[in-house]
Amino acid sequence: MNRKLMVAIGLAGVAALAMTGCASGTPSSGGPVTITYSNFISNGGNEKNLATIVAAFEKKNPDIKVDVKTLPYDSYGTALQTDLAAGTPADVFDINGPSSYGPYQANGVLAELKGVDSGVYNTALLDSYATDGKQYALPTSFSDVVLYYNKDLFDAAGVKYPTSDWTWADETAAAAKLTDKAAGVWGDHQPVTYNEYYKVLVQNGASFLTKDGKKAAFNTPAGIEAAKWLVDKSGTTMPTIADGQGTADFDTNLFKDGKLAMLHTGIWVFSAFADAPANWDIAVEPGNKTSANAVFSNGIGVSATSKHPAQAQKWAEFMSASDTMVNVRLDSGWELPAISDAKKLATYLDKGKPTNRQAVFDAAKKIAAAPSIGDNQSAMQDAITGELIEAQAGRESVQQALDNAEKKINALLAG
Amino acid sequence: MSVSNAQTSLVDRAPQFVHSKPVRDGRTRNNKVRYALTVLAFLLPSAVPLLLFVLGPMVAAAWVSLNQWNLLAPMKWVGLGNYAKLLGDPITGDVFLHTVYYIVGYLPLVYIGGLALALALNTALKGRSFLRGIYFLPVVTSWIVVALVWRWLLSPSNGIVNSALAFFGIHGPGWWTDPHWAMPSIIIASAWKDLGFIMVILLAGLQAIPSDMYDAAKVDGAGWWRRLFSVTLPLLSPSSFFVLVISLINGFQVFDQVYAMTGGGPNGASEVVVQQIYDLTFRYGRAGEASALSWMLFVVVLAVTVIQIRGQKRWVTYA
Repeated sequence: MNRKLMVAIGLAGVAALAMTGCASGTPSSGGPVTITYSNFISNGGNEKNLATIVAAFEKKNPDIKVDVKTLPYDSYGTALQTDLAAGTPADVFDINGPSSYGPYQANGVLAELKGVDSGVYNTALLDSYATDGKQYALPTSFSDVVLYYNKDLFDAAGVKYPTSDWTWADETAAAAKLTDKAAGVWGDHQPVTYNEYYKVLVQNGASFLTKDGKKAAFNTPAGIEAAKWLVDKSGTTMPTIADGQGTADFDTNLFKDGKLAMLHTGIWVFSAFADAPANWDIAVEPGNKTSANAVFSNGIGVSATSKHPAQAQKWAEFMSASDTMVNVRLDSGWELPAISDAKKLATYLDKGKPTNRQAVFDAAKKIAAAPSIGDNQSAMQDAITGELIEAQAGRESVQQALDNAEKKINALLAG
Repeated sequence: MSVSNAQTSLVDRAPQFVHSKPVRDGRTRNNKVRYALTVLAFLLPSAVPLLLFVLGPMVAAAWVSLNQWNLLAPMKWVGLGNYAKLLGDPITGDVFLHTVYYIVGYLPLVYIGGLALALALNTALKGRSFLRGIYFLPVVTSWIVVALVWRWLLSPSNGIVNSALAFFGIHGPGWWTDPHWAMPSIIIASAWKDLGFIMVILLAGLQAIPSDMYDAAKVDGAGWWRRLFSVTLPLLSPSSFFVLVISLINGFQVFDQVYAMTGGGPNGASEVVVQQIYDLTFRYGRAGEASALSWMLFVVVLAVTVIQIRGQKRWVTYA
């Protein structure tokens, strides 16, 4: 074989390889339709529970197959952004709460969901995924933040258990009595982050943004008091950053080890604490001027570019409202389904530890609304958390930190 | 023209086209085309990825940099607006400053450390192959793993480093949790990881130095330091030049260790250029500005590299 021929064959081979990359798959006709579902909610322990729901859906709808792609929570947002930018999103995908829903809806990446049976859902949660009276996503679950406490440590220190009447002052007094630095036991833990700050502002009768949402409203005496409530625990009743506070799983591990008396965190750690040796229970978080709680929900949406919108919506509805989903979630303690039927939810109350599961529902009745400002949401959250940590570490006074945060956030709001 | 003739001419005469003017007759033009095709075929395996994954994205980024784009909605033309916005934003200066800080701390540390190791392991030391392998191990380890290990080592309260310092009565700093120590923490971890790579390059350079040079120097009465500065370092300069160019380019592009160790924090104290590009794109939905920043970084790296290549005549000795 001569060299010319070899070169030609080589070139043809490369060209063929390049072309196959561009060829698109042929659409199948007649057979079952496959829709893709990209999620983060099952990652880290609930993959099997999701598989159970998918199997039930496929059994009920033999003409639809669901191809599940599960991503870790941390990288899910980036992956979804990239898929949307490239025009290759999954038919159905998770939405990380109403503050993520806002920009997605505004930028037209979500298909409108028509004919949804709205009576099935918790109205407030359903409405947080609607715009101008049109539904663009459905809530799949909700969770809230409560106060966990270690009964053994409370008993040993002779302190009364937290009740729903507690205020910040009660918590501070109890935390001081429970802290025993020599024994490595801490009284309290509450993250110094944006997600806590917007909530404690409401607990203190203040708010994060002005009513028209155009300016920061937290740099007031009440706002400073709220920031101090978070910051001042550090080093007195809560471990410092240098001790490792603020790193992943630090607080939950401390609580599990029986070295932490009170912990502010979400109900999503129930299952992680199931095998904790200590006796523990939960209570609604103490407020100051009023009770207010952080409620988080996850949503599910259908891509505006989906080739099978009807089938995709069917799956989105099944994943957010079906009895199979409700039972799987309640049995496994995988957050709470965002449904309206109180009877179905009631079984949640006697699913074991913690005893006071009623607190989960009580907390959800008084919600501190999360500020939502669109494209600059992450930048705003970073600015607040960054400045609060400066104050926590003592590098800035609380007043300086809030001055800086206010300046940064007003700049973001101005565009 | 027989087939075998064509083959010989292809191989033997091809290089002439580079140096001499092509003769204008049909046969040669034919050869020229054939030669070009051959070159192309051999270049394809590296040219195709280069085109698809480097040049293509660069051109695309140039286009994106002239638009406002949140990755979701269609792009909006803003011309040079993104560049103007970046130049007017104090954060841009900060991230370049942090990057230069990284390079200034990292480069001497890794070069002197790598040179010391290379010199030590270039002797008839027992078990030197084993040691060379050990020092190279971090180079092939994933940055995520290394970053987590260093976060542990430099943990303010429970880390080994501060425990060791406490043993000598020194109160260790807050390392990556402290804005003043975040960048030094990253520099130390980076120098540790890259030491083996620099060592291998310099070791190869050392072994290329003929031993009679040293013999001659010894005869002339030169001691160890004299030989280092008058023989080793000048003759090692091509390797040093390579290390410098590569390290500077990598230094400007520093990202993995920052992302994994501090995420640019605390409160932006270790935010470097590429971390800012990442944040702008994927966290803040400002892909246009991120692309503009990428191009600004490219221009800076290009300028620095050109200056180095121009300047090498002054100090690089090619034996």
